[in-house]
Amino acid sequence: MAEVVLTKVVKKFGDFTAVKGIDLTVEDGKFTVLVGPSGCGKTTTLRMIAGLEEVTSGEIRIGERVVNNVPPKDRDIAMVFQNYALYPHMDVYNNMAFGLKLRKISKDEIQRRVNQAAALLGIENKLKSKPRELSGGQRQRVAVGRAIVRDPKVFLFDEPLSNLDAKLRVQMRTELEQLHHRLKTTTIYVTHDQVEAMTLGDRIAVMRDGVIHQYDSPKQTYDHPADRFVAGFIGSPAMNFLPATVTSEDGKVFVVGDGFRFPLPAEKASGVPNKVVVGIRPEDLDGPITDENADGTLEATVTVTEQLGSELLVYAACGNEAIVANLDPHHVIHIDDKIRLKVDLNRMHLFDPESDKTIF
Amino acid sequence: MRTKWYHPWLYIGPALILLGFFLVYPSIETFIISFYGPNSQQFVGFANYIYAFTDSSMLTAFRNNAIWLVVFTMFTVSFGLIIAVLVDRVRYEKIAKSFIFLPMAISMVGASVIWKFMYAFKPAGAPQVGLLNEMLTVFGGKPVAWLIRSPWNTLALIAIGVWMWTGFCMVILSAALKNIPKQLTEAARIDGANEWQVFLRITLPLLWPTVAVVTTTMIVFVLKIFDIVYVMTNGNFSTDVIANIMYKQAFLFGNYGRGSAISVILLILIIPMMWINIRRFRGQMETR
Repeated sequence: MAEVVLTKVVKKFGDFTAVKGIDLTVEDGKFTVLVGPSGCGKTTTLRMIAGLEEVTSGEIRIGERVVNNVPPKDRDIAMVFQNYALYPHMDVYNNMAFGLKLRKISKDEIQRRVNQAAALLGIENKLKSKPRELSGGQRQRVAVGRAIVRDPKVFLFDEPLSNLDAKLRVQMRTELEQLHHRLKTTTIYVTHDQVEAMTLGDRIAVMRDGVIHQYDSPKQTYDHPADRFVAGFIGSPAMNFLPATVTSEDGKVFVVGDGFRFPLPAEKASGVPNKVVVGIRPEDLDGPITDENADGTLEATVTVTEQLGSELLVYAACGNEAIVANLDPHHVIHIDDKIRLKVDLNRMHLFDPESDKTIF
Repeated sequence: MRTKWYHPWLYIGPALILLGFFLVYPSIETFIISFYGPNSQQFVGFANYIYAFTDSSMLTAFRNNAIWLVVFTMFTVSFGLIIAVLVDRVRYEKIAKSFIFLPMAISMVGASVIWKFMYAFKPAGAPQVGLLNEMLTVFGGKPVAWLIRSPWNTLALIAIGVWMWTGFCMVILSAALKNIPKQLTEAARIDGANEWQVFLRITLPLLWPTVAVVTTTMIVFVLKIFDIVYVMTNGNFSTDVIANIMYKQAFLFGNYGRGSAISVILLILIIPMMWINIRRFRGQMETR
């Protein structure tokens, strides 16, 4: 086990800079998720840690050792690929044993480790099968098994669940969680799925355009996003953003926009610019309510409703902006209804429209 | 519409008729002629076959075909494989592959003419036209009669074939190589394999079916080798091959019986290779 430290790491492909000088410390035994949209540089970052891509500049350290010029085979890492990358000409046993054989580990020890990993993953009866005879979930298990038998310092996962169907993905996700809880190996996990990021990571690094926007615990990232991008990326459905202006009347400060007028507590009001973007998560909207004089409400016209059983998603137009609210499923709401929703003002965010940074 | 018993035959009928007329019928006819004398008038039993397996020129041809089979196949396939793997790692891959494939675009006779100049021989002291002998004499050696000294002359002919057909093997193997997902070799590298181990334990096993198909294709081709020998030496100086003798017997000496017997032998030699090839091909279709 070891910590992984990236210092000012840059990766260029010709003129294109995929990773723009990121700093990242993954503590020993922790599970870090790199999450972001396609092309944000997360996979490139992972591949640099694996040694499959050269670092253009900066430094990558695994444990005590700077590994910039260490080939992948000597980095003592294991990686699980998106498409599993099982060796098609070897059976499951040999797929898992391959790395151990190369390291000249004794036959008995190999057998012990492979059997142990197979038992852990529930694939003992598949050891003689070829990869093409396995289902997607089983292949995924073999790929994970191949990584854990090596007992490496670091696990790297490159979108390992994206080829599985929805149900299996949830199941494998919890299994990976349990596995990490048992093995406590330093893990770096790349995904574009923010649910995976939230559920698996001790910390998540939200990336875009080769830059880490925020590196925090899932809860912190969700409750206190560093900027508008993180706020919009983490959480599903995504946060609602409404342009607004800040005005003061009779010594009280208000955030005013099309269809809403929110009072701003004095302690939060200082230093807020004139123009802001209000961020409200769908689950922080409640109602509909009928009291027209209530504080902190917004008015909207329903465009679409989605009854999911456990929740009711209401898509609506608030002025010119489209918003979505996650409401109690017992409400009956129709398209074209004008509704008034209560906003949880304590959980409301303001963003600077110039820099997109979070004001609070 | 219900399928009647004759419907499938309607579809494959034209192909069957064409094949029967141009392939099956001539084969049977050849087989029959092979038991007759030079003018196909007089039944001679196995005499033509006895000739084919005992005559000294035929025995030389069998020996040469065996040399061709082993050396030509070994070099074309292994050079093709080595080049395919090496150029896969360089940026100017396409140009390199084009150059190596280029000889394929030349006719066998054209290539042979080119190589006649390469191998051309003049006695020591005379100015050398041939490139190889010119190079030898520049470095103080004596000119060599490449196409006359047996058994080296057969190897010199094989070199022409290798020069022409390595490109073919390379292109097919290179395509198969590109089909191997990059993640497999990356996974092996992370698993602890060095480049050589990646090649031996991942790349090569995955290329194996294609290597087998290319090898059998080359064997089938080389068993029928004719043009290079015909143009370069016409089988003189102990370089003759089965197909060339077949040609000489049938069309030069007018002995259709012997020519047919030799072609039947050639066909029988080739059938097992074709059978292996077809089975492999089917196997690959099934695993897909």
